[in-house]
Amino acid sequence: MLDRAENQKGSPPADRDTAPRLVAFRGAGFTPKAGRTSGWIALALVIGFWQLAGSAGWINPLFLPPPSAIAVAITKLAVSGALWHHLSWSIMRIGTGWILGTIAGIIVGFAIGLSSLARGVGITFISALFPIPKIALLPLLILWLGIGEQPKIATIALGVFFSTAISVYSGVDAVPRNLIRMAQSFNVPFHAIVRRVIWPGALPSILSGFRITASVALLLVVSAEMIGAEFGIGAFVLQAGNLMQTDQLLAGVVILSLFGLAVGRLINFLETRLLHWR
Amino acid sequence: MDLIANHISHRFGALAVLDDVSFTVRAGEVVAIVGPSGCGKSTLLSILGGLLQPSRGRAEWRGAPPPGSLNPLTFVFQDFALLPWCTVEENVEFPLLHTGLDLAERREVIDDALRRTGLSDFRGTYPKQLSGGMRQRVGIARALAVRPAILLMDEPLSALDSQTRELLMEDFVRLLGGGAMGAVYVTHNLEEAVRLADRIVVLSRRPGKVREVVSIPLTRSERGDVTAREKLLALQSDLWSLIRKEAIDAEREVQHA
Repeated sequence: MLDRAENQKGSPPADRDTAPRLVAFRGAGFTPKAGRTSGWIALALVIGFWQLAGSAGWINPLFLPPPSAIAVAITKLAVSGALWHHLSWSIMRIGTGWILGTIAGIIVGFAIGLSSLARGVGITFISALFPIPKIALLPLLILWLGIGEQPKIATIALGVFFSTAISVYSGVDAVPRNLIRMAQSFNVPFHAIVRRVIWPGALPSILSGFRITASVALLLVVSAEMIGAEFGIGAFVLQAGNLMQTDQLLAGVVILSLFGLAVGRLINFLETRLLHWR
Repeated sequence: MDLIANHISHRFGALAVLDDVSFTVRAGEVVAIVGPSGCGKSTLLSILGGLLQPSRGRAEWRGAPPPGSLNPLTFVFQDFALLPWCTVEENVEFPLLHTGLDLAERREVIDDALRRTGLSDFRGTYPKQLSGGMRQRVGIARALAVRPAILLMDEPLSALDSQTRELLMEDFVRLLGGGAMGAVYVTHNLEEAVRLADRIVVLSRRPGKVREVVSIPLTRSERGDVTAREKLLALQSDLWSLIRKEAIDAEREVQHA
């Protein structure tokens, strides 16, 4: 019926209807793949163009020094020892704040994930306090804790705590209930269900949370050091900006970027080791 | 050891799911539970296995579990419920870790369970590397490892293709053939029910009540004979005529929900 109808409308002649025609492929796209080299090539091209623009005098080096000047600044900082001095202060603050915030976040996150009472109370507090920019609390924390390291570390810990708690209880919630019921059906005790079922089941979400909290910690340490610190990468970047030493300023930014990349690699490594079963 | 459903009723909020269900699973007996979709078969199994508190009535057991039984009432789950981060061996070992068995005893039990389910060569494999049928074998090996008195099986073959179902059905017939272990077998597949069960409890549509209890007049070993096939088909047909109208009503009800 359809063929006849088409012919009546003057569609292709009969021999085209009988000749085999290739079925058009329609399944292309929507499967993006990151090439191994394309990203590095693009980065090299951008740096190359930036260097060319600086060397040719197209850009004022005071506003944007070329990559070679930044590399020289980093080398000088490394040789003089200033880089390590600033970096060690920042790492100490990030490390201490991140560990404190993570431990507290994991404990509270598990409590919210496992206890109705903690869930009722905890989610209300977290919903109310999570959106506050933690750096806004630094002056208050300085009042409470003095002008030493404690307020900076506490600011980082607070920032890390909320994101960790949320990722932990989300992870606990996402553990398939059938696995918990299976464990209960074998009379596995509560603590063993938490250790052997809920912890590994929540780990993917917890590690994703680590990726976020590492960025939060980096952001907060720089902000806190810019507000009230003599040493640290944030303080160094601020001083360089005040003195219009843009090569030093960008050296600090590059170091922060490398630090962030190193932390990302570490979390990738942890995911590969701990989540190999996925 | 007998398992008794004693006047069990259950509601989920305003929704009545089970209404005064009573029957007994005697030691070594295989009882299938069939009924239209949503009649509360899986809910009943959860109550019988102690995973759900009934609104009314009780799940009870009577008599002594078999010597050495570590978990007299043991589930085999429809979705296998394997720990994806554990190997086959670790999954089978999981319920044994808190039973007081030492390492050597655990290893012996695991080896036996893996051998009985044909998994000895897959002990270091992760669930994601296994087919559906092999995953369910791991679930069965894990259940066998705790030496249950009664297996509580919630549609254990429904997630599998027909060939794998057939192979696992043969395994179930072999495992339950000795009469040392009983089972409650929840299924919507009447063929599975007549092949495996000694008695079939037919539930009505929601709220599920015991509509009829049908005994299979053949031993499991007799059911493999060609002559028995006709009898089994006739039984299956009788069961279907019992359920058909309510199954249609239940399906319409689900579609309108």
